[in-house]
Amino acid sequence: MKRFTRLFVELDRTTRTTVKLDALRRYFAEADPADAAWALAVLSGRRGRRPVSTTLLRAWVATAADLPLWMVEECHDAVGDLAETLALLLPDPRADGSDASPPPLHQVMNDWILPLAGLDPGEQERRLREYWRGLSTDERFIFQKLLTGGFRVGVGQKLVTRALAEVVGMDPATLAHRLTGRWEPTAEAFLRLTSADAGLPDPGRPYPFMLAHPLAEGPEEAELGPPASWAMEWKWDGIRAQLIHREGEVLLWSRGEEVITPSFPEIAEAGRTLPPGTVLDGELLPWREGRPLPFAELQRRLGRKRPGARILREVPVVFLAYDLLESGAEDRREDPFRARRRALEELWLRLSAPPFATAGRGEAAPEIGEAAEAPGSHPPPAVSRIPGLPLLLAPLVDAETWADAAGLRASSRQRLVEGLMLKGMDAPYRGGRARGGWWKWKVDPFTLDAVLLYAKKGHGRRASLFTDFTFGVRDGDGFVPVASAYSGLTDAEFRKVDRWIRRHVTERFGPVRAVEPGLVFELAFEGIRRSTRHRAGVALRFPRMSRWRQDKEPADADTLASVLALLPPDPGATGEP
Amino acid sequence: MSAPLVTLSPSGLHVPSADLHIDPWGPSERAIITHGHSDHARGTARHVLTAESGVGILGVRLGAEASVEGVAFGERIRVGDATISLHPAGHILGSAQVRIESGGEVWVVTGDCKRQPDPSAEAFEVVRCHTLISECTFGLPVYRWPDPESVMEEVMTWWEAGAAEGRNVLLGAYALGKAQRVLAHLARIGDRAGGGFPGPILVHGAVERLLPPYLARGIRLPAVSRATPETVKAAAGRALVVAPPSAAGTPWARKLDPFSLGVASGWMKLRGTRRRRAADRGFVLSDHLDWPDLLATISETGAQRVGLTHGTTGPAVRYLQEQGLDAWSLPTRFEGEAEDADEVDVADEGGEAGADEADEVSRADTAEPAP
Repeated sequence: MKRFTRLFVELDRTTRTTVKLDALRRYFAEADPADAAWALAVLSGRRGRRPVSTTLLRAWVATAADLPLWMVEECHDAVGDLAETLALLLPDPRADGSDASPPPLHQVMNDWILPLAGLDPGEQERRLREYWRGLSTDERFIFQKLLTGGFRVGVGQKLVTRALAEVVGMDPATLAHRLTGRWEPTAEAFLRLTSADAGLPDPGRPYPFMLAHPLAEGPEEAELGPPASWAMEWKWDGIRAQLIHREGEVLLWSRGEEVITPSFPEIAEAGRTLPPGTVLDGELLPWREGRPLPFAELQRRLGRKRPGARILREVPVVFLAYDLLESGAEDRREDPFRARRRALEELWLRLSAPPFATAGRGEAAPEIGEAAEAPGSHPPPAVSRIPGLPLLLAPLVDAETWADAAGLRASSRQRLVEGLMLKGMDAPYRGGRARGGWWKWKVDPFTLDAVLLYAKKGHGRRASLFTDFTFGVRDGDGFVPVASAYSGLTDAEFRKVDRWIRRHVTERFGPVRAVEPGLVFELAFEGIRRSTRHRAGVALRFPRMSRWRQDKEPADADTLASVLALLPPDPGATGEP
Repeated sequence: MSAPLVTLSPSGLHVPSADLHIDPWGPSERAIITHGHSDHARGTARHVLTAESGVGILGVRLGAEASVEGVAFGERIRVGDATISLHPAGHILGSAQVRIESGGEVWVVTGDCKRQPDPSAEAFEVVRCHTLISECTFGLPVYRWPDPESVMEEVMTWWEAGAAEGRNVLLGAYALGKAQRVLAHLARIGDRAGGGFPGPILVHGAVERLLPPYLARGIRLPAVSRATPETVKAAAGRALVVAPPSAAGTPWARKLDPFSLGVASGWMKLRGTRRRRAADRGFVLSDHLDWPDLLATISETGAQRVGLTHGTTGPAVRYLQEQGLDAWSLPTRFEGEAEDADEVDVADEGGEAGADEADEVSRADTAEPAP
């Protein structure tokens, strides 16, 4: 615990990557494997079930610090981080001047924190008071972080992996791959993960996801070369996932490297029809009658451990495959995209063939015919579906010139997609954001000018600044809130807006401040749909501040009518009941 | 209750029985200035009364032609129908609390104050009163200051580590008060270490021009030189440079490369503030009351009515009310130790935002040639 706290302090004190890397290297070189295993899990952002309720935790700290509970809340509001607030409020540690050392990290996790889960609140409080007594303020902060989950210290998974790989003398990519899978934070698992000849990998492990860079300008300006060297796909608005069938086990992994198989039983079942030793990369989409449903529908399916029959019926989900990372139990990631795509299409043909296929009957059947496309309309893209299964093949987009591609991209919204993906025909599949392999060429966002109405303090680095804003548009003589956003301004702009807010507060609602309508911001967002839960009657997707319009007055802001005009023409297509 | 001895007028805190203002932000004929920070000493009063030991500082801040009169701590003077005296506030050298007695009532205005040991300022004096108007810059229980001696040890360890690696250390501290406090602490550490420091102590011009009033009052400071291209070069990466926080990130500071940036401020208590400042190190060193000292001070003065100013007063007011005191919040324009003091735009809304050093320092910075 002492050593881990020192690591934390070292990481926290610096903004320089080299210093962080050094600190991590020193830690992994010195730490006991049992501690290193937990450190690795925690720094990689793994979070378990919270063993105590944070509501109770606040109350216990209030009692220990002899403060009213509301004061603990006020402090949390000012500090922004619960673990830190509680550490700062507890009475001075080790007033007796003793220098008792807390147990090592793995004991704190295994003997202190994890067993708390099953205990009754009285016993939990008694034990916590005892633990707090033996910890310094910094250690208490770390302890509370471990207790409440969510450890963010400004080091990414990549940096941690790199440091550890260097210490144990492994290839960082190999280590990254091993770490994406399931492993228990034990000394044994740590040694296995970091030994060069670890034997067979865990059959359930996904590959590190390959990510795309956004294409800020057009492909020609970005000098991507001729369109023929790029495969083009639509950019779908779903959840990125890998579907794995290995050694009799089917697993669905999200990009956050979480197993989400239980939430999507229909995909798991379909995964069994894949030949063993297959890994598909693709997108989970809510899907009905040949077209995607709004993303919000998919969110209803997330986080449900056991979806009921009703939700399964209401929000059918498909897996749209666009890459084949493993086939015949062989890692295909070094193959160029064109070879992987060909293999993927062959797999689709095989799976789509009826059991007694004769020659020529194995054509993958498009779910909706090309003929459905009436002149001038842009229906959702046609996809190949494996008959009877929620498995779809992402279609390639045909464009001979970049101008054709730009034209197709412009029709994205009507097709219910977000733009185009460009994938290098000869590019291997590389985990992370390898430059130049994949580009996402999204449609330009919608924008509107809105007025700042409410502000709340941020968290973490922005703990005492007002950075979480609610914006409204004009409606009659007043304003109606349409969106909340907390990103898009520079640090200097945030500080300036913060100072303005502090001088223009009109009302307080707990941590929220109402301000005089005075500042106008341009909001960018990716989509809009009807919503009965929002006062304006619409919900925006991914709103963020694209510009502070210091040149505009609230009277120049958009009106609710102009926002409603952005709704898709066919309300049925939004999937609202 | 009889008529209040201190009211809030458009120009600031007003004492009707003596017809004078305390630290006014608007025009005033007569004013008591508690100390020289720019949110308290704005130069809007024609005639100024201040503590004798603070006259030198006000001379630097308001200019030699300002009409400034000094009075010894504890000396009672009769102004109008009130008896007025100044008492040490412990905030910086010559910082004063104002005691007002009239019609059998005693009110005390603390100005900015602190109770922690500070070798560069007179120690805070508890003044019994019926009503206390106290600063409340850090009015939440998360603010509990560590012992300054141990904070200075951290500074020394940081300096030694920097010197060993040939990297200067730049300590951001308000040019008036905090900088001299740090230097005075260093003088004591130097005595104990037999005068041996890891390297030379250099100061920014904004700090340097406020050293004479301290030396004139007999405050012991270590030998320092102004940070110039020559002194920086001669230091060979072993210097401790004391400069206003706003100096970091300017061309002036880049000439100190390679250097590690530290900031000395009460706000460094919070991790979020530390990280936002992108400082390598945050040292919790404040010239204001922390939460325990705020409560102790209120209790020791015996005041039953407490007005709080500066910062977030809401929670502290509610807490005191729940403790049975008659507490309220006073909307003044004092900002205490402004979190972003060094970033305040001088042109921003008539300079209202300028706190402690803020606007003064940003002007000084632009005038400072790069070393």
